[in-house]
Amino acid sequence: MSILCDKNTKLLIQGMGRMGRLHAGFSKDYGTQVVGGIAPGKGGQEIDGIPVYDTVAEAVKDTGANASVIFVPPPGAADAILEAADAGLDVTACITEGIPAIDMMRAKAALRGSSMRLVGPNCPGVVTPEQCRIGIMPAKITKPGPVGVVSRSGTLTYEAVDQLSRLGIGQSTCVGIGGDPVIGTTFVDALALFEADPETKAVVMIGEIGGSAEETAAEFVQSNMSKPVVSFIAGQNAPPGKRMGHAGAIIAGGQGKASDKMAALEKAGVAVSVSPAEIGETLANHVPELRP
Amino acid sequence: MNVHEYQAKELLREFGVPVPDGVLATTAGEAERAARELKSAVCVVKAQVHAGGRGKAGGVKIAKGPAETKQAASEILGMTLRSAQTGPEGKVVRKVYIEAGSDIAHEYYLGFVIDRASESFAIIASTEGGMEIEEVAAKTPEKIITVYIDANVGLQAYQVRHIGFGLGLDGAQVGQLETFLRGLFRLFQEKDASLVEINPLVVTSSGDLIALDAKLNFDDNALFRHPEIAKLRDPDEEDPRERAAAEIDLAYVGLDGNIGCMVNGAGLAMATLDMIQVCGGSPANFLDAGGGADKEKVQEAFKLILRDENVKGILVNIFGGIVLCDLIAEGVVAAARELGIGVPLVVRLQGTNAAEGRKILAESGLDITPAETLREAGERAVAAVRGAEG
Repeated sequence: MSILCDKNTKLLIQGMGRMGRLHAGFSKDYGTQVVGGIAPGKGGQEIDGIPVYDTVAEAVKDTGANASVIFVPPPGAADAILEAADAGLDVTACITEGIPAIDMMRAKAALRGSSMRLVGPNCPGVVTPEQCRIGIMPAKITKPGPVGVVSRSGTLTYEAVDQLSRLGIGQSTCVGIGGDPVIGTTFVDALALFEADPETKAVVMIGEIGGSAEETAAEFVQSNMSKPVVSFIAGQNAPPGKRMGHAGAIIAGGQGKASDKMAALEKAGVAVSVSPAEIGETLANHVPELRP
Repeated sequence: MNVHEYQAKELLREFGVPVPDGVLATTAGEAERAARELKSAVCVVKAQVHAGGRGKAGGVKIAKGPAETKQAASEILGMTLRSAQTGPEGKVVRKVYIEAGSDIAHEYYLGFVIDRASESFAIIASTEGGMEIEEVAAKTPEKIITVYIDANVGLQAYQVRHIGFGLGLDGAQVGQLETFLRGLFRLFQEKDASLVEINPLVVTSSGDLIALDAKLNFDDNALFRHPEIAKLRDPDEEDPRERAAAEIDLAYVGLDGNIGCMVNGAGLAMATLDMIQVCGGSPANFLDAGGGADKEKVQEAFKLILRDENVKGILVNIFGGIVLCDLIAEGVVAAARELGIGVPLVVRLQGTNAAEGRKILAESGLDITPAETLREAGERAVAAVRGAEG
């Protein structure tokens, strides 16, 4: 088992530009069923051996696709998300960075009542080791196993996964939920999925400064999770008022500090690693039965 | 992106939100002429810098007549304004806004934001005008009224009434508030604002609503569709290094330590700062080279890091996903050769094409300390800087 995607996932690539094509190739090489690409005006062609469609709806009809990954540039990305939902996909991961906040807010409001699960935007996507790769993660560093990984950051997700794999601890699914202020799947959503997934025995949650998603997650862990959770919060030394790369990573008006998030998580029984180098070790110490 | 108060007020006017009459001045002479034009018995001379707390810092003065306005402007122009929001180095005042004085009966707070938790617009209002809203929220949360506006439904009349009567306004004033809030909401949406703050919102002695101060922030991600807003950027108000970074599409934040950092990805970049701190060192900057980092970008990033004279060592930490480590290594080698880095350099490459990248570094013959893990990278960078100092 796993969450969000597995070997049966049939993936579409929305946006067959340079990035879309490159990562479609990587996903295919990893064994993912990449069944089609969307490039309006190029329907009927083939790009890198992938059949191309003008619309998501046509692609779904023709291929039975149930998931997509979005590489569409910011001005059209929210539209691409809504198109995916309208075509009845189960999951879409939006990789695009730099979508206007108001566009995302409207898209998110429009998704209420839709059964599609959005991951991102501004995220690295989802990998279920040795089964399916949606997005841009270096899947080679993953290893199948019992730990669910969920993170607001991209490369820091890789860091955490790498630490786990080096310790011989594999992952059920790795999810990057993205660093934007308005995102689809939240920490709480991902935690709930991992809690319900019989194969996941523990969860690593990587947070960062800004907003209150980690505090909300801490409450959820305390009242709804039976599985152990380990965490790291990036930005313990970030100055207030500065946007640290991610649009959502900013300490504003004294809110969103790493120390508050770490305290909230610890209070909820989460094992928090102070050092970013000890995320894997913290998990291995907190859940010793997972250490090989 | 931030704009000045005078720019914010021009936008408010454009959207039908009442603001006092005002004129921008860059010299004391212009300020004097502005006071004449305004024909107001009392003028307020306000320093135009991107920071709050101007009043307490001496950046706002009341003047009676053109002569006093000239005098006040000459005192404010050129001063280095230091408030809690400017940092200890302060900000040099280059412009003043001369505004007709208002007859204040009551002051209120009004804020418009995108609320992350509810994923909707939020209006925050309070009877405690002129105070920092964070302080009001901490001390007297019962004095804050918040309404959430669904992005696809918009501001409803009952929400305006909830705020207006909640603030203690009378029926006629609630009517004015409706025009006021609808204007702000339209501005927020049409210009992709991320924050609108009217503090204080004033009721004058004649009972009219007017925006006495205004702060506007805009969503950087939406500037592509608002060239007229992007034009309002004032480079004098930005950290020169952060500006240079933005021009080459790098995210950079200057810090006060001595280890320069170059990392791909914002989360890993923040974690790298944390790692350095855990190892007992102090980072000089946050730098996210982004997903598109290549040889040229690496060189530009090095130049930017080395502009900071405090930098005594550099740590490069790359976890390749989209980014290819061999391209980064080529950039590091080229930069080291062409720029003559002159400080110890620790490089950690992991992920896509890491082995190829490490080989390029090892074969370059340059004095580069490699690191395998994040911990090693942090420890070696801190040790290298200590060595360089000792």
